[in-house]
Amino acid sequence: MIRRVLPHGLGRGLLIRRPGTRRGGFSLDWDGKVSEIKKKIKSILPGTSCDLLPDTSHLPPEHSDVVIVGGGVLGLSVAYWLKKLESRRGGIRVLVVERDHTYSQASTGLSVGGICQQFSLPENIQLSLFSASFLRNINEYLAVTNAPPLDLQFNPSGYLLLASEKDAAAMESNVKVQKQEGAKVCLMSPDQLRNKFPWINTEGVALASYGMENEGWFDPWCLLQGLRQKVESMGVFFCQGEVTRFVSSSQRMLTTDDEMVILKRIHEVHVKMDHSLEYQPVECAIVINAAGAWSAQIAALAGIGKGPPGTLQGTKLPVEPRKRDVYVWHCPQGPGLETPLVADTSGAYFRREGLGSNYLGGRSPTEEEEPDPTNLEVDHDFFQEKVWPHLALRVPAFETLKVQTAWAGYYDYNTFDQNGVVGPHPLVVNMYFATGFSGHGLQQAPGVGRAVAEMILQGSFQTIDLSSFLFNRFYLGEKTQENTTM
Amino acid sequence: MWDLVLGDRRINSLRLVARMWNGTRGIHRLGGAVVPEGNQKKERTMLQFLTNHFYDVEALRGYLLQREMSKVHMKNRFRDKEWIRPDKYGHFSPEFWNFQEVPVEAVDASDCEINYEGLDNLRECVLLKELQSLLLQRCPHVDDWCLSRLYPLADSLQELSLAGCPRVSERGLACLHHLQNLRRLDISDLPAVSNPGLTQILVEEMLPNCKVVGVDWAEGLKLGPEEQPQDTASPVLA
Repeated sequence: MIRRVLPHGLGRGLLIRRPGTRRGGFSLDWDGKVSEIKKKIKSILPGTSCDLLPDTSHLPPEHSDVVIVGGGVLGLSVAYWLKKLESRRGGIRVLVVERDHTYSQASTGLSVGGICQQFSLPENIQLSLFSASFLRNINEYLAVTNAPPLDLQFNPSGYLLLASEKDAAAMESNVKVQKQEGAKVCLMSPDQLRNKFPWINTEGVALASYGMENEGWFDPWCLLQGLRQKVESMGVFFCQGEVTRFVSSSQRMLTTDDEMVILKRIHEVHVKMDHSLEYQPVECAIVINAAGAWSAQIAALAGIGKGPPGTLQGTKLPVEPRKRDVYVWHCPQGPGLETPLVADTSGAYFRREGLGSNYLGGRSPTEEEEPDPTNLEVDHDFFQEKVWPHLALRVPAFETLKVQTAWAGYYDYNTFDQNGVVGPHPLVVNMYFATGFSGHGLQQAPGVGRAVAEMILQGSFQTIDLSSFLFNRFYLGEKTQENTTM
Repeated sequence: MWDLVLGDRRINSLRLVARMWNGTRGIHRLGGAVVPEGNQKKERTMLQFLTNHFYDVEALRGYLLQREMSKVHMKNRFRDKEWIRPDKYGHFSPEFWNFQEVPVEAVDASDCEINYEGLDNLRECVLLKELQSLLLQRCPHVDDWCLSRLYPLADSLQELSLAGCPRVSERGLACLHHLQNLRRLDISDLPAVSNPGLTQILVEEMLPNCKVVGVDWAEGLKLGPEEQPQDTASPVLA
């Protein structure tokens, strides 16, 4: 600590704390002072290559209360809500570890950006409704001093889901649940569809559900950047590195039925830096797995799934990366400004992009057609053979179109029931999951982040009850399945 | 003769007023019983005969007619009337509260700080089922999310003005296609719209029965070099 001694009033000078003398470091140009000291040392001891004050700014801190593995929209959302709901300001130290700061393969940036409430599970509807209100008031939630307000470019055009004869009954009951939960959805017959959207061909469509409010699409990058900015301003630490090891301790415990269980607790996270062997062990209390498409690898590092199959120890996290292609095409005579995001009976979907008659869309392949997820190369033949025919059937104007560009991204696909995994693991007691949302993670991120933060800080879900998304269901075999056509 | 003419005129006006009575008991049914058409005609001529011959009957009919007419006028007293404005203190007159069953035809919320939650009141209100004209000019908090809330007014809304709202963009204008009865839409002066000319064309395509006002289609076009406007005030170079 530098103490400035006053020429007179010596006693007072020793007792008064000046700015910059607080515990925990200088606020006045610490980096500049360090580099000056290094230069002095170099001039005194020329030729030494030893680094007396090595630069560790790229390394994560040695201790952190919460370590979030994965810096996509879900990881950042958990970090935001942890900081927002903590009872004392600065009470929790949060570290977000992200392997790739350009987010080149992260699902968030490559997402189509849609938000809709047309699910069959009430929890999913509630999550989407909360996310819609979060996005609507985003400038109140994510306000940072002196930063410009965020423009999400939200298109409130809604989702239009089409159902064939065999899905019509399921769609009707889903719409009833959605209306009960407060979503503004209406059912339309083929005649009403033709009236409202004259460019649609209603062959094979028995029923359609149309979201009127709080549905549409937005710019996921903007949300990501906004969250990142806000979370940094709240004091969350960021680190670019890869988690390579968990150091944990186990305890044998007896359950009430006298069964032996081995409970694990993670004590350290080893974060390895890019392009080097350097790693930093971070002591932590809680680890959050928000690694998206790579969550299964992180879970395996923690020992989840290492055991005889059929037991709780042997239940792996059933999340794997699935590649999905998105194609952008230009069609000058295509549907007009009022076009919602249309999801066809065949699984093909499309929406408008901008003012200039550009559209984007794709289709989820069937299980047999699943592409190889090792790379993000786009399969253009898939569009020609499996996507275009369905689009042209549904919208005759799409018979003449020209593909401009395409990209591919990963779903963090939950092979068990295609819904998210939220909450703690029963055996690795301090690992929490926020992953596996299989294509609707972006639209549920604010709600899920809040739920995980509540679970950590208050011990249970307070606002939206996501108990049906806990890890236990994989062992018990209880599927929390969506039965919508999306 | 003169009496008869007067009498006829009175009967004509009686028939006009009768159409607006909506089930109130007319003079012809003072007896209360439902009479078949032929008898009604005979009754009318009988009543006419009596009116022409007795001043008392005539006076009674005249009085009852005046009463019915004043009831109808009371019901229609707001039609084509001026706007109900706040006084100089910004308060609305308290007798406004007595008119709660009267449907509202037009709302002028220009320059008003109405926001997303406030619009909920505007459209959920039972009275506003007959709203024909909504003016939201220069409202600072009306944005795309708010426009997506206007669809319940689709049956009646004929005029909508969004001129000068700083947060409305072309994405919000896309959800105006629910308002199929719209006849006049004002989208001038929207700073958040990226391409006003193209947006105007797309909105016109979306709402074919509506007159879209506010953007000159040539706004997005740039003049060619030889078509630059000549500045006649500057001195001609020799």
